[in-house]
Amino acid sequence: MAYLYANGCLLFSGLRDDFIKHARVIDAKGLVVAPGLVDPHVHFREPGQTHKETIKTGSQAAAAGGFTTVVCMPNTSPPADNAGTIQFIQDAIRRDAIVNVYPTGTITVGMQGEKLAPIGSLKNTGVVAITDDGLCVQNNQIMRRAVEYAAMFDLPVMDHCQDYALTEGAVMNEGVWSLRLGLRGWPAAAEDIIVSRDVTLSTHTGAHIHLQHISSGYAVDIIRRAKSRGVRITAEASPHHISLTDACLAGYDTNFKMNPPLRTEEDRLILIEGLRDGTLDCIATDHAPHTDYEKDCEFDYAPNGIIGLETSLAVSLQTLIPSQGFSLSEVIALLTHKPAALVNLPKGTLSPGRDADVVLFDPEESWTVDPKKLHGKSINCPWNHCNLKGRVHQTLVSGQVVYQKDQS
Amino acid sequence: MSTQTWTKKDLVGIEHLNREELEIIFRTTSAFKGTLTRNVKKVPALRGKTVVNLFLEPSTRTRVAFEMAAKRLSADVVTITASASSLVKGETLRDTAQNIRALNADLLVLRHSAPGSAAYLARILDIPVINGGDGAHEHPTQALLDCFTMREHLGDLTGKKVTILGDILFSRVARSNIWLLGKLGAKVTVAGPSTLVPDTFTHMGVTVSHNLPEALADADAVMLLRIQHERQTATHFPSLGEYTGMFGLNQARAALLKPEAIIMHPGPINRGVEIDSNLADSSRSVILEQVTNGIATRMAVLYLCSGGGPDLISKQESK
Repeated sequence: MAYLYANGCLLFSGLRDDFIKHARVIDAKGLVVAPGLVDPHVHFREPGQTHKETIKTGSQAAAAGGFTTVVCMPNTSPPADNAGTIQFIQDAIRRDAIVNVYPTGTITVGMQGEKLAPIGSLKNTGVVAITDDGLCVQNNQIMRRAVEYAAMFDLPVMDHCQDYALTEGAVMNEGVWSLRLGLRGWPAAAEDIIVSRDVTLSTHTGAHIHLQHISSGYAVDIIRRAKSRGVRITAEASPHHISLTDACLAGYDTNFKMNPPLRTEEDRLILIEGLRDGTLDCIATDHAPHTDYEKDCEFDYAPNGIIGLETSLAVSLQTLIPSQGFSLSEVIALLTHKPAALVNLPKGTLSPGRDADVVLFDPEESWTVDPKKLHGKSINCPWNHCNLKGRVHQTLVSGQVVYQKDQS
Repeated sequence: MSTQTWTKKDLVGIEHLNREELEIIFRTTSAFKGTLTRNVKKVPALRGKTVVNLFLEPSTRTRVAFEMAAKRLSADVVTITASASSLVKGETLRDTAQNIRALNADLLVLRHSAPGSAAYLARILDIPVINGGDGAHEHPTQALLDCFTMREHLGDLTGKKVTILGDILFSRVARSNIWLLGKLGAKVTVAGPSTLVPDTFTHMGVTVSHNLPEALADADAVMLLRIQHERQTATHFPSLGEYTGMFGLNQARAALLKPEAIIMHPGPINRGVEIDSNLADSSRSVILEQVTNGIATRMAVLYLCSGGGPDLISKQESK
């Protein structure tokens, strides 16, 4: 199939011979041509933590991973809880980003969970959702008012589901492995309880709540039942939660430390079932860069989070297709139009009139993750030195090539 | 004597040791124990070497036992505590350890509240690292001295019933003993309130019991653990009084043990909480023997990890 774009937009008609003669032709033989990938959950650390990542380097990592649209989280320093900070981020995006980057704003002032942020002003400066991601609003009254208020602007509220009383000092999944390793456990119940809370609030308010990085099998069950009743709940799963388990922590490698933590094999398989039947709407990386020296310490003290933009496509393909029987187009859907729909963006599709955001990849090509060759600022990746299958060759944003695989 | 020699650089845990390595440690401990009752208690095994005790968490017994052990081996020994280290100035553990290495330390003993920290330093440093307790993970020398003491009293531990009673969840001593006793063929029961002894422990090959009479019945040894954290009384059980009522070891409960059974405790003990005061002082209690064996055990571990082989031991024995 041939695609044609002009002025950055896709066209499917008017393929006149003279038009084609003057066009730049990209040879995609043997490659999959797909809509540019969409990630509804990344941390680009700007402003305030630009030693970890910037909008520029983060968007370069995105392009290298085949992502043409990303939604960045507001837990910057200071947090994106006011129109001024959002404007600063928008300016940086216009200046530095090589892919489409959309900001989100916080739910509460300073992400303190106590007082609503100026959600209307945030909407006016272009946020596509609000979230206190990294933290979870514990006060149910504040959360209720937040979702009610945000619904007025048709803004989804994204929630990082974690009950703090149950997770004090917790650094990994509570289970056999936390017991063996002597690490403080984070019980899945702490996620399940907040997922239930959010389902309840969405039921009563009609507001759209999006549940971030679901890790618990029981939470999938809660979401499935809510969706069957028509509750406006959506949810995402991360590449690491569908491919890795808490057994990976046996060596105390801090590149396997994130929040929520890696869970059991049973949870992992239930998450995959959730993606298969649509209970979980999409894949999101939770790309969370930290420098090597920040991660190089005692496991208890290491910051939570791993990067994922450059490995997401390969990990998703190799996790879901060979052993789980997903089709290529099902996996692509989870990485493109489905995440775009969550935040009401006209992205992740190759349709006439839409932006020519395209990724070309070879689903069969093996490559080794070389931390020295990653495109972001940080290398806190659990797949460093691993062999992955599925490699991005070229990424285009509005018809412009923003990433071209090294020919070497 | 087996021809197998000790080849490990570090001792970070019991989990990954094999039976042969354990027997080497026990044999070496036994040899060093013999030296402790001599008039001149020093042996020259580590003369000219420097042992650094990096103790970043409070400790009396373990720290002093390592210091004594190093001195008995004629090593120079330096002890650094958390408040006296540059960690309070924001230095990382890696940098602190590398500085200690640069100061020509030959061996590092680490006590740290973070699980996995000993393994972390063992990877970074080219000198032996000995785990003196890493959070709730492992305390290998404690388990070694516990089992050494048990073998002195009970002989071969194969098939022996050992009950570990108390706060298992937060205990590195329990974990190291579970691994070690399992490798020695003992049958281990862990007992205490369900909040501190979750059933998940069955995955480590032990029996979990919340029924104290059952757990104590016909045991050959009972190992008590201190109820550790003040805040646990708020979240893990109602009160110390209730704990003592339900799980404290008293005369009546001790009568359920085998007649020749021993009572152990890694210390520090809380008299009247996990153990009746007079039981702690009774003839069945081996608590102070454990402390003494702690020196010989640490001598053995320091000696083996710094490259000492069986020859030197037998030479010392024949002196």
